[in-house]
Amino acid sequence: MSIVVNGMPAEVPGDPRVSLLDFLREQLHLHGTKKGCDQGACGACTVLADGERILSCLALAVQYDGRSITTIEGVGSATDLHPLQQAFIDHDGFQCGYCTPGQICSAIGMADEIRRGVPSHVTDDLDAADMPFSHEELRERMSGNLCRCGAHNGIIDAIATTLAPLPERATEAAE
Amino acid sequence: MTPLRYARAVDAQDAVLQATTGATYLGGGTNLVDLMRETIERPEKLVDVSGLAVGVEETENGGLMIGAGTRNTAIAAHPLVRQRYPVLARAILAGASAQIRNMATAGGNLLQRTRCAYFYDESGSRCNKRQPGQGCDALGGFNRNHAILGASDACVAVHPSDMAVALASLDAVVHTRTSKGERQIALTELHRLPGDHPDIETVLEPGELVTGISLPPALPRSTYRKVRDRSSYAFALVSVAGAIDLADGHIRDVRLALGGVAPRPWRAYRAEDVLRGGPIGKVAFAAAADAELSHAQALRDNGFKIELARRTIVAVLDELTGDPA
Ligand SMILES: Cc1cc2nc3c(=O)[nH]c(=O)nc-3n(C[C@H](O)[C@H](O)[C@H](O)COP(=O)(O)OP(=O)(O)OC[C@H]3O[C@@H](n4cnc5c(N)ncnc54)[C@H](O)[C@@H]3O)c2cc1C
Ligand code: FES
Ligand code: FES
Repeated sequence: MSIVVNGMPAEVPGDPRVSLLDFLREQLHLHGTKKGCDQGACGACTVLADGERILSCLALAVQYDGRSITTIEGVGSATDLHPLQQAFIDHDGFQCGYCTPGQICSAIGMADEIRRGVPSHVTDDLDAADMPFSHEELRERMSGNLCRCGAHNGIIDAIATTLAPLPERATEAAE
Repeated sequence: MTPLRYARAVDAQDAVLQATTGATYLGGGTNLVDLMRETIERPEKLVDVSGLAVGVEETENGGLMIGAGTRNTAIAAHPLVRQRYPVLARAILAGASAQIRNMATAGGNLLQRTRCAYFYDESGSRCNKRQPGQGCDALGGFNRNHAILGASDACVAVHPSDMAVALASLDAVVHTRTSKGERQIALTELHRLPGDHPDIETVLEPGELVTGISLPPALPRSTYRKVRDRSSYAFALVSVAGAIDLADGHIRDVRLALGGVAPRPWRAYRAEDVLRGGPIGKVAFAAAADAELSHAQALRDNGFKIELARRTIVAVLDELTGDPA
């Protein structure tokens, strides 16, 4: 039994009670993923499971046996930042930084959802083939990640400039 | 600490066989894991059914069959759901967060438990759902979020699901399986009203597995409106699912269901009866809302929900009978 974490196979814990979050932090010592509320309410623990964003605090590690998990450590490193990490710095997308790993993993999963055409609560035309990458959409789609420092505007700017498809990025810049 | 075993079911038959006394089915875990951590749920064994019955398919009669293991996101993103059942897509997208919707299954969403704070407060509060006969601290306590319809002296908690409210308005049917065989239950009959036994929340037998949810063909127009304390990532104070079929300036057929106001997804039959076959317009809509809400009972803190429900019903009917955008 194993879970592949950032490309490396890791043995699944024997106790089925262990959450994916505790498994990552306490067994694999990957401390990038944060525990905010431990009850699904804040998004600090967001990781990617086969590319989809999930909450590791509500996930039992055993349930992810055979799946591939990406944490912030797998997104970029101090010497090799992911463009979104650089954009968070450029746009003041954080203050204390506690919510940031979750925000970044969440944003990567979100951009993929938009590309796949998954609608959101604020999408007017459910039938549209292309989902807009507007600020309103980004705010709604990122609403599962709270930031107690109130860096939301910088976070949305960082995401819009980095992950939006190129034509939409150009319009944002021109505005 | 009670030991806990985990098993992944390979199919529905295997799941039912594995679901022996003390076992609980595990969907996406977004409700169950939290309740286990709070020691409100104390299963001895988890039978993981999240990999079973995944997918949405069109049925022969032009309806849909949604597998119980289908993730909430996948249902809301499915082209046929978006085209024909916007009420369902909109209800799902109005619930929880994207991360939770990516994890949550259709079966788990239906069977998620109440968010009543006294139910959650295992060590400090009395709750007849948790501890039958103990009493209900919500009755005389902070009950702003609680029920105005269908409650009892034993329990005033509401069912928290948005998806189930849409399904109630769609005449959905829940497909289940036990060791004795399969059966079908109207979604509106799945959840019990609390009466003297709020601990018994559904008509399901122990070990009964939800395998899927089927929908009949949809009415031409439908939508979902949710009112909550913040614009995203919050449970409903009041929500309304509505579907309508108009003909020659009157209402040929209509379905309405309310969320956030009752112990189960609340099908508003009384309002529908007032509207069906009748005229379009604010007067009729208000009369329909009044017919449903004349039976509402306010607790100390939640009287506002009656007026809020009235206005939301009228707004949804306005939207459904207005010019298509
Ligand atoms: C912070 C937060 C906010 C939320 N906000 C909303 C909201 O606004 N609106 C909303 O509707 N929901 C909301 N939710 C709840 C969420 O939608 C539910 O937790 C989710 O739908 C449950 O699905 P699951 O698959 O994870 O269920 P699980 O947690 O796995 O299971 C829930 C229950 O269903 C049973 N079960 C699961 N599958 C089956 C099956 N096939 N047959 C029989 N029994 C089964 C389990 O035994 C368990 O009792 C929120 C949750 C959180 C944590
Ligand atoms: S720690 Fe997981 S959502 Fe807050
Ligand atoms: S940067 Fe501090 S919580 Fe978001």
